[in-house]
Amino acid sequence: MTNRMILRFLSLAENVGLARVAVASLASQIRFSLQDVDEIKVAVSEAVSNAIIHGYLGKADGWVEVDCLLDNGGLTVTVEDWGVGIEDVELARQPAYSRDPERMGLGFVFMESFMHGLTVESIPGQGTRVEMRRQVTVSGELSRDAQ
Amino acid sequence: MTILHTILGPRIVVAINGDLDLKTAKPLRDALDQLIDRYPDKNLLLDLAEVDFVDSSGIGVILGRYRKLAERHRTVSLAGVKPALRTVLDLAGIFSIIAIVDSPVRKEAEQ
Repeated sequence: MTNRMILRFLSLAENVGLARVAVASLASQIRFSLQDVDEIKVAVSEAVSNAIIHGYLGKADGWVEVDCLLDNGGLTVTVEDWGVGIEDVELARQPAYSRDPERMGLGFVFMESFMHGLTVESIPGQGTRVEMRRQVTVSGELSRDAQ
Repeated sequence: MTILHTILGPRIVVAINGDLDLKTAKPLRDALDQLIDRYPDKNLLLDLAEVDFVDSSGIGVILGRYRKLAERHRTVSLAGVKPALRTVLDLAGIFSIIAIVDSPVRKEAEQ
């Protein structure tokens, strides 16, 4: 099975929930467990929240695009904004890094923990693109592959 | 998101219903800060039995209240944490600093 969904919405906090529910609904079309889907929802929520808070600095007139490609092996989610970009991606991915003292820099920690692969590309002044992949795993499959 | 607070002995019990994310972080933070200021001698208990989703924005609110209250020698505890929230709260290190307790309001209602 292959399916694709592209969602484009304004950089409003209300749309964080919209994005994660839509992606979760798509993910449920293949063999993800309920826990897998819950974790995908957190990762999507973090990426979209980052686009709104950091990409557009809270301004509501920017576009955020969530592009999902579903195949039998898993789900690839790309979240893109055309906001201010990130000067130093490696620094931004550090666990405790955050410009907001209450956000604790946990966003990338959750994305990295819950997805099997995360790529961040950013050009200051042009925007940021986060691509993440979640594999479908049945019990023991990953460890077998690793042997 | 809706929140309902009850004063129960030495605690402000706040029952939250809804997702804790970027949309609800600010109203939740403002409401909790008001309660913390209104009852300056009480601890805070957040009842999450009706919360199905928390991300870093929601965790930021919880950890922020923890820090604020710790400065004043008061505590935050959580009740009713669903299994779906445990991984996220655990990764954030919440369980090492914030106690998980039974929900006192629910217990009373059952009696």
